[in-house]
Amino acid sequence: MLSKKEKKLIKEIWERLTPVAEDIGSDALLRMFASYPGTKTYFSHLDISPGSAHLCSHGKKIVLAIAEGAKDISQLTVTLAPLQTLHAYQLRIDPTNFKLLSHCMLVTLACYLGSEFTPVAHAAMDKFLSAFAAVLSEKYR
Amino acid sequence: MVKWSDFERATIQDIFSKISYDVVGSAALSRCLIVYPWTQRYFGSFGNLYNAAAITTNPKVAAHGKVIMAGLEKAVKNMDDIKTTYKDLSVLHSEKLQVDPDNFNLLGDCLTIVVAGQMGAAFTPEVQGAFQKFLAVVVASLRKQYY
Repeated sequence: MLSKKEKKLIKEIWERLTPVAEDIGSDALLRMFASYPGTKTYFSHLDISPGSAHLCSHGKKIVLAIAEGAKDISQLTVTLAPLQTLHAYQLRIDPTNFKLLSHCMLVTLACYLGSEFTPVAHAAMDKFLSAFAAVLSEKYR
Repeated sequence: MVKWSDFERATIQDIFSKISYDVVGSAALSRCLIVYPWTQRYFGSFGNLYNAAAITTNPKVAAHGKVIMAGLEKAVKNMDDIKTTYKDLSVLHSEKLQVDPDNFNLLGDCLTIVVAGQMGAAFTPEVQGAFQKFLAVVVASLRKQYY
């Protein structure tokens, strides 16, 4: 459950990260590939080496989608409807991987925001990313 | 037996030589109690854990953070046989403390995030990979004596 304060905090953080979406997104992805090599299997059709064009554009896409969801968290199911369909019928990424990317996203935020990524911000962000992942996998079955 | 590359070995030794056990231990444990409040079930005797501010300033949490780091240091000093090093600790957590081993991953994740926050850009994806591999071995060793 996200309080009003937490929703506001999350919205603000993602607003700030939108201009650096490429950096944040590609960093989180690289962390995921390094810590959980199994996740690379979903990217055999792309060049995911550090700094590659594919990695940057894909990282950017993910961060912008998360930022869009953060703008109005109560409308997540509406905002994510097209992405729900994409993930359920085309990408079919096992949902356990969403947790892995979420964790790496939190690590990226910790590195980027330093002491600003307080325990309260961390808790709010973890809850938001869990909710985001849950909505994303709603159409799977 | 776990195989450690030179990079992994050096990275783990480096991280643990640089971090302040007091700061990191307390920060990781309090973060775990704040982000995953159900973990507070194991700390009934710690007094006020009512909100984030109370947890962050609770002296028993800080003291226990240090205990945890001392435990991790044993693994850092015996990387080639963490399983044996942790045999008694595993029995302690399963028989006496009766901690659900899934909680080890929660604390591990919080520790990763605290170290990341401290090291900033120096906590690269490769460094994170080594750190998480180390934590995975630690967690597996702590789970070993559960039955």
